[in-house]
Amino acid sequence: MPFDTFSRRSFLQTAAAGTAAAALGFPSLARAQSGVTIGIVYVGPKDDFGWNQAHAVSIGALKATPGVKVIEEENVPETAAVAKSMESMINLEGANLILATSFGYFNPFMVDVAKKYPKVTLRHAAPLWEKGKHPDNAGSYFGYLDQAHYVNGVAAGLSTKSNKIGFVAAKPISSVLRNINSVLWGARSVNPNATLQVIFTGDWALPVREAEAANALIGAGCDILTCHVDSPKVVIETAERRGIKSLGHNASQAPLAPKGFITGAEYKWETIYKIFAEAIAKGQPVPNLVFGGYDKDMVRNTAFGAGAEEPARKAAEAAIADLKANKPILKGPVKDNKGNVVLPNASYDNFDRVLDGMNFLAEGVVGSIT
Amino acid sequence: MNQPVTVPAGMTASNRAGGERLARFRRGAEAVAIPLLALLISAGLFSIFLLILGKSPVQFYSLIWLGGFGTPFSWSNTLLRAAPLMFAALAVAIPARLGLTMIGGEGALVLGGFAAAAVAVPMIGTTNPLVMHALMLMVAMAAGAFWIGLAGGLRYYRGVNETISTLLLSYIAIAIMNFFVEGALRDPADPNKPSTKTMLPETMIGKIPGIDVHWGLAAAVLTCLLLYVLMQRTTYGFACRIAGGNPRAALAQGLPVGKLIVSAAMIAGICAGLAGYFEVAAVHGKANASLAAGYGFTGILVAFLARHNPLAIIPVAILFGGIAAAGGIIQRRMGLPDASVLLLQGLTVLVLLASETLYGRFRLFNPTIRTERT
Repeated sequence: MPFDTFSRRSFLQTAAAGTAAAALGFPSLARAQSGVTIGIVYVGPKDDFGWNQAHAVSIGALKATPGVKVIEEENVPETAAVAKSMESMINLEGANLILATSFGYFNPFMVDVAKKYPKVTLRHAAPLWEKGKHPDNAGSYFGYLDQAHYVNGVAAGLSTKSNKIGFVAAKPISSVLRNINSVLWGARSVNPNATLQVIFTGDWALPVREAEAANALIGAGCDILTCHVDSPKVVIETAERRGIKSLGHNASQAPLAPKGFITGAEYKWETIYKIFAEAIAKGQPVPNLVFGGYDKDMVRNTAFGAGAEEPARKAAEAAIADLKANKPILKGPVKDNKGNVVLPNASYDNFDRVLDGMNFLAEGVVGSIT
Repeated sequence: MNQPVTVPAGMTASNRAGGERLARFRRGAEAVAIPLLALLISAGLFSIFLLILGKSPVQFYSLIWLGGFGTPFSWSNTLLRAAPLMFAALAVAIPARLGLTMIGGEGALVLGGFAAAAVAVPMIGTTNPLVMHALMLMVAMAAGAFWIGLAGGLRYYRGVNETISTLLLSYIAIAIMNFFVEGALRDPADPNKPSTKTMLPETMIGKIPGIDVHWGLAAAVLTCLLLYVLMQRTTYGFACRIAGGNPRAALAQGLPVGKLIVSAAMIAGICAGLAGYFEVAAVHGKANASLAAGYGFTGILVAFLARHNPLAIIPVAILFGGIAAAGGIIQRRMGLPDASVLLLQGLTVLVLLASETLYGRFRLFNPTIRTERT
């Protein structure tokens, strides 16, 4: 029961993080004690086995807070409709904290709503908000899922026999590219001969093409599959049916692959939502920018499945310990897969903003962005 | 429908004119009363569905009122959604007057919006905004006209089914936009959502004073009025309706049916292109995958509900905009899934199509119906 773990005690523990991150105050939530309404907007269905479900499950942390009312709206497209959904929550239901969970919601829609309603607090689940450039009542929160993908890669590096890992990706945008590269870097950290082959399907939810891509990668000799698409179900099931191993993404897919599942990269939004809930319960401002990886318990790896053998488990656990201690993943200089040096420094902090705009496939990845 | 109005013997000339006017009024009343009846029946059917789910129909309809029409904010929410729906519905309604079922508004909307955004890219921040908007408007209309006009040409000259071709062309249009937006025209400053370069906010189309909706709404209403006049009060519209009624008879009369088909398809494309232009110039400021938001498809429903009458499209688009606007609060307050509003829309269309058979069956509206029917 997730609610058992959500006690007042854990509230008080996260309180420290909440207040520390909240440098500047917003007056709007001063009436927090007398009741706060939080509106959360999803781009797809709340039960999609992926991104939206991860948020919907985690919002339970806020629902349990006394004096907090959560209102939810699913299947809201990234058009003027989302601005109106947020305004509707504000105007008709008195929402004073809005959580917008899809990339395309931010600019111009959430930024415009933030300007129009300066007393309402708005937070967006992606690293897009910048101080000074965007309104002060807006903000961002996100987990560095690439760290969990790196751990996936470590486990995969010791699990592959063909030294070929397959990756089914949606679109060549920076967050996806970073996850692809992280799997390879993880694998290479334990197995220098590992390579990764990527196929882009072109969109977030194309189940037929995802199945085709998965089969093509298996045909090319990959013996482990992973993905970054909205719902990883198809890829994981295809891998299981073809008798190879798999790595998950976004939420737990362990039940889909009882034989071949190794581990998976998962968000832990409830950590962030608890910080919000705590700030609200205390009548304190909600921090503008909340982000982190393993160091702040904002991502996790799915419990090991039957596909994870002892050496892989040990290496993955060691990698997790390193990430919790903020040990850098990247040792430079880093080359892309065309041989150009793209990151010249000797080392990069795991949260270096330079890495947020990643626009290349790393050396060792077979595939092309264009 | 279209019962011949036979004049009873012994009527005087002035009497006849008055009778004609009354008959016309009665037929007009029929065109309003039957869709209203269909709306009420579908609302009743949906209420039964709600009761089975254990939800209150009273709460449902009062939330539709609150979310769609109950407050000034609700009205702006409704009208914002109604504007592209009007354009998209016109894109279906105009070819329908020629007997063509063209459902490619979505593609022409996307292509028009993309063309507008693409032509704006080199001019952002450098060219006079008026010049920029004039060019954007022209290419948006041209792109839409070309796309649906193509389907019209295929229909007349090659006999290709226009419903299939417009639907398939829609997918091609969306693919063309995605190809450029994710490739040559992608703005490197926006790494996470592939888009064209964003227009400066101050050069975008502003809002109509007082109602918090962009000028696209006014343009959409105006276009509906203009096309109503074109289809009902000009020889062009008359020729279109003849060709729609019986193409062979129209050809025998010497009407240029091919030109009529292609031009009506182009008008439809222009309407969809205008919707795309306003989505880019007034809402998004750029072209990206969000342009394909389904307005083109909802527009098909609006056009059928309005019985392809450009004037009727205005209230029907507002009604559909209102139902969509209320979708959010229904989800939040009643815990109903997002699809429940779509279900209501679908039910409405089904009942409406079924109600087509009612025309001409009521003596109240058609005094000349032979008595054996009653």
